[in-house]
Amino acid sequence: MNNYELMAIFTPVLSEDEFKASQKKYTDFIEANGGTITYSNPWGLKSLAYPIQKKTTAIYWVLEYSAPSDLNEKLKVQFLRDDQSLRHLITVLDKHAVEYNAKKRSGVKHSDTEKVEA
Amino acid sequence: MAKANEIKYLTAIKQEQPKKKFCRFKKYGIKYIDYKDIEFLKKFLNEQGKLLPRRLTGNSLKYQRKVSIAIKKARQMALLPFVTDLLK
Repeated sequence: MNNYELMAIFTPVLSEDEFKASQKKYTDFIEANGGTITYSNPWGLKSLAYPIQKKTTAIYWVLEYSAPSDLNEKLKVQFLRDDQSLRHLITVLDKHAVEYNAKKRSGVKHSDTEKVEA
Repeated sequence: MAKANEIKYLTAIKQEQPKKKFCRFKKYGIKYIDYKDIEFLKKFLNEQGKLLPRRLTGNSLKYQRKVSIAIKKARQMALLPFVTDLLK
């Protein structure tokens, strides 16, 4: 069981309910295949740095979950089939990453938020 | 024999100390670089959105590679642009 982080981008034309339904679809898929959801963070509508499929804004969604390693292939296939998703990125979280995410959630101030000049 | 600081040159030799460069990740003990934290990642890019070389950022090799991977992930996810003219 590894910790993974998924970031998905959906088309901006989705309504609130459709977005929630999409999220639910993927969380249910993960749970049905033996994973557990740690944290779901929908960022909502955001401007893109460059146009994707001619769109300049999109809905972002970050999901942290832990699952057996064979789940990711199936999840990727689901995203590729979905017409409403534009991009997706699944990252493996190592122990430092897991710690960082936990700290961020609990609101502890990081040392790298002190402005260190480049 | 004249002392070294009494010798006068035609053009005075520069004596300024080079500014100490250090790897901020080693110094502050930062172990994970989040690709979602674009304000932090922008410090390692120039105005055109290109990655800055290690001799300018002062990073150690290990962390420069991690920064590079994080920036490339952020570019993939349209959080940072690939090319631009007015990043900062």
